[in-house]
Amino acid sequence: MRDGRGQVRRKVGLRLWLSAGWLTLLLLAALLAPWISPKDPLAQDLFLGRLPPFWMAGTEPGYWLGTDSLGRDVLSRILHGARVAMTVALVAGTITCVIGAVLGLLAGFLRGWVDIVISRLIDIWMAFPPVLFSILLIAVIGPGLWSIILAIVVIDWTRFARVVRAEAMGQGAMDYVASAQVAGRGRMGTMLVEILPNVLPTIIVLLTLEMGIAVIVEAILSFVNLSISTDDPTWGGMIAEGRTSVHQAWWVLVFPLITLFLTVLSFSQLGEGLKDRFDPVLR
Amino acid sequence: MSFLEVRNLSARVRGAPDRLLRDVSLSVAPGEVRGLVGESGAGKSMIGKAVLGILPRAVEVLCGEILLGGTDLLRLPPAERRRRIGATCALIPQDPLTALNPSRRIGPQMTDRLVDILGWTRAKADACARDLLAEVQIADPDRVLRQYPHELSGGMRQRVLIASAFAAEPKLIVADEPTTALDVTVQKEVLRLIAGMQARHGTALLFVTHDLGVVSKVCQSLSVLYAGMVVEDTTVRDFFRAPAHPYARALLAATPKYTDPDRSLVPVAQDVLDGVQAQVDAADRGWRNG
Repeated sequence: MRDGRGQVRRKVGLRLWLSAGWLTLLLLAALLAPWISPKDPLAQDLFLGRLPPFWMAGTEPGYWLGTDSLGRDVLSRILHGARVAMTVALVAGTITCVIGAVLGLLAGFLRGWVDIVISRLIDIWMAFPPVLFSILLIAVIGPGLWSIILAIVVIDWTRFARVVRAEAMGQGAMDYVASAQVAGRGRMGTMLVEILPNVLPTIIVLLTLEMGIAVIVEAILSFVNLSISTDDPTWGGMIAEGRTSVHQAWWVLVFPLITLFLTVLSFSQLGEGLKDRFDPVLR
Repeated sequence: MSFLEVRNLSARVRGAPDRLLRDVSLSVAPGEVRGLVGESGAGKSMIGKAVLGILPRAVEVLCGEILLGGTDLLRLPPAERRRRIGATCALIPQDPLTALNPSRRIGPQMTDRLVDILGWTRAKADACARDLLAEVQIADPDRVLRQYPHELSGGMRQRVLIASAFAAEPKLIVADEPTTALDVTVQKEVLRLIAGMQARHGTALLFVTHDLGVVSKVCQSLSVLYAGMVVEDTTVRDFFRAPAHPYARALLAATPKYTDPDRSLVPVAQDVLDGVQAQVDAADRGWRNG
């Protein structure tokens, strides 16, 4: 007996290429910012304030995307802003993912009192208003890169824990788990070998979504001036500054905004694309 | 001497007043095929799960013994129980679509038990899996071993499950409604396959089903359950000739016959149900009074 399902193969989609490409570009920009930036991102020159981007009239050579009201180069600031954004996305996303996924997996598979403790903790945690919570947290421990990361982890682990718990519960009820247990696999073994691989596609999607969310949270905190020191350029800080002069110099607002938008979009699309690659049923 | 002997097993959902299994006793001799029949909710699958140590967490065993090769499983520490069950028993699950882990290849899933519990080498376990797949008439065993479950049809998956249940000659296989999720043509084929494998390997089989037709084809003895109580324990020959219990008689009379397709369906008569329910109530009264 045989059938022909084995031959079907899915192509790597365009969106996976586009999103991975954009994120690679940003990662390179973040790593190489000091060397590839055309100008010093902090250098002010009031004579060169509000220069338009390169295709408009009245530009200066070297200021490709124009300057802000203090004469700082927008492109250089975006490149340097990528450092903060990417650090926050990768570090905060990963830590959040690990904490949330481990707790969710334990709660969903072991059930019993473990589940009761973790689930109640999630319920209580989610009752705090997240933005106020993070502002309060940063007000207490002081602004800085690690404060942002901590704030994101503290707020968002519940997102992972909830979804992974539900997934693990569903998988735990499947017949293959019973079969594995009859075949002598212990509880931890079942959880890691049988359940985890089936929850992994979901975890990957959540992880990349979380990275996008981390970028947004960082921008929001910059916007309300609670991010890292105001000297370091961040996308959120640029958007906040650009907002005040949007009628005279729209580019100061629009370029960081587009970068932010594309980055968050790329993270979520990367997740969807990777899920298709990792999921044996869709592969 | 029976290989599996269940004695006076009672179980209930934690906190529930009524029992799910009511003093169930049954035995399976080496090489015997015992059918376990009853309507849905009668506790057929629960007995199979109790034997294999995979009862849902919400169900607790109240009393009784499950003797496997003479040792009471319920008295063993969990790790030892798991090892003992894994070394001598296997399961053919009901739904082939969820009984294989979707993210693992067929090969490792079939050989886990051989390597982890019995301590075989990978190569020996792989060779065994290949032979078994060939035995259940899968055309290209090597390819199937490398495939994922979703790449196989339902019938193929059920073959894989049957093959892996017979790996390393278990003493007892619990088949939990192995044909219920399949369509009728595949059902017949799978049934023939199980019966053939059982005959060749001489494995004892506890065959959970609600289909008396299936019982008549593969089983030698059977236990009829009603509300978690064994109401009839007899050989298949005696059962089809003259069932002793009124409920068993009514059940047999209710089975549709393909020789008489125009006959309308006969439900089990109300007085029979009342009678067997009274028997259950009496058992429960006796239980409550000590």
